[in-house]
Amino acid sequence: MDLNAFLIPPAERARRKGPHDRIVMSSRIRLARNIKEAAFPGWAKKPERIRVLEMIRPVVEGLPEMKDAFSGTMDSLSALDKQVLVERHLISREHAAKSGGSGLVLNREETFCCMINEEDHLRMQTLRSGLQLREAWSAIDQADSALEQKLAYAFSPELGYLTACPTNLGTGIRVSAMLHLPGLVLAEQINPIIQSVGKLGLAVRGLYGEGTEALGNVFQVSNQMTLGESELAIVERLEKVLTQIIEHEENARATLLEQKPKMVYNHIGRAYGILANAHSISSKETMNLLSLMRLGLEAELFPGADRALVDELFILTQPAHLQKQHSEKLSAEERDLIRADMLRERLRQVSRPIVPPPGPTGPALDKSPK
Amino acid sequence: MLCSICKEKEASVHLTQITGDKMHKVDLCEECAKTKGVNDPTGFSLADLLLGLGASHEIEKAAGGAELKCPRCGFTQADFKKAGRLGCPDCYQTFAEALEGLLKTMHKGTQHVGKVPEPLRQGRDLSERLNALQKRLAKAIEQEDFEEAAVLRDEIKQFMARLPTTKAR
Repeated sequence: MDLNAFLIPPAERARRKGPHDRIVMSSRIRLARNIKEAAFPGWAKKPERIRVLEMIRPVVEGLPEMKDAFSGTMDSLSALDKQVLVERHLISREHAAKSGGSGLVLNREETFCCMINEEDHLRMQTLRSGLQLREAWSAIDQADSALEQKLAYAFSPELGYLTACPTNLGTGIRVSAMLHLPGLVLAEQINPIIQSVGKLGLAVRGLYGEGTEALGNVFQVSNQMTLGESELAIVERLEKVLTQIIEHEENARATLLEQKPKMVYNHIGRAYGILANAHSISSKETMNLLSLMRLGLEAELFPGADRALVDELFILTQPAHLQKQHSEKLSAEERDLIRADMLRERLRQVSRPIVPPPGPTGPALDKSPK
Repeated sequence: MLCSICKEKEASVHLTQITGDKMHKVDLCEECAKTKGVNDPTGFSLADLLLGLGASHEIEKAAGGAELKCPRCGFTQADFKKAGRLGCPDCYQTFAEALEGLLKTMHKGTQHVGKVPEPLRQGRDLSERLNALQKRLAKAIEQEDFEEAAVLRDEIKQFMARLPTTKAR
């Protein structure tokens, strides 16, 4: 099966809606499971990995959720295809580096994805738009319950689900949400937030990691502890923390527009100026500027423009997605030129940000009606 | 400042993690950061890294030494120290001693309280019901209610036949 024909077009993906999607870009739950009496993928020899893959893959394919799914071994995918999957957050970088003996099963809607023989024999994850952790949990719980009827999981009554790394032991669950927090970053409140979230035993990472300066102001919040707490308790704890972060972000945005509107308009106007007029632009700069444009769209500074356009460009301008649209191999410099061409073309339909009249009420930045 | 792993090169990657009231600081050189996956953010969590560091100390203290080997998969305690990952599910038994302290610092508790696979749950329910029946039988015998005892004995016999061989491990 051709992965490219299978994947949802970015424009369609960007139009998906969810609760609090002004701030929460997506919710995700991952479960780690292993087969009893088989060595973990990192230690197993290739024949054993293949045996486990051939045991798990048909069972996963047989799930009703996986009707019309994409299913393949990692050696059947090109490096570029794998990179596209990484950019869509469907597989980990670690899994992209695998070849024979590892596999992938991905459902039609790109909301349920199983990595076979990543670090554990089976890592499944459910994805939802906006803040929908409970929905993601009940979906994955259901799939897992169906799988446990057919797969003999490695499980101990004391230690729970046994995983390759002791950090995932117990529930094997990783609950996470991807947050767009430009307000907290501009208001310079992001570091205290990260610190207090860390004190609660939760991890905060950037979209693609490294320290606290997240690319495109996108942060990932997730649980770290998996043993000694039930799945639902972890989901609820994360939900509570996320609700507070959402509140802080909304406050930060409102306060900024009230107290330092010129600073905000300056950032957004410059971001638009560069994106709409540049002739060469890196993917990193693009993400950071698109983030500011997204903020501008939420603040209604771009009347008539749709936020989905920015979300689509978030996906389309990443290196592998860009390369995908061209048959010849592009160098990084060539990509920067093509990326800028695409942005100029797509942003022609968006006129420059308006300047809201100064007033005590300020621009409309109330919470969107639910 | 020297790298906390190789203790040779200058540390250029500094990580801090606060869990509860505990603070962990790690300083790494570029090479060790790379091998530990710090440059691969999607797969990176400081806990993994700390497991690698704290683990070496815990594991060295544990009985059996570096030679201790998992009878199922052949993974050794030295491998565990090096990789921070285990070889197979049985390794959790083999290296239980080395793991004990690690799990305490890493997690909220050391007893699993989450989901249990249904096939095992059933086994557990059945053995609980069997226990209850046996208690009732003992009581009936004690009270010399032999009619009741006979009924219970037959019930238990039927029950045993249905009980899967995979009893609670």
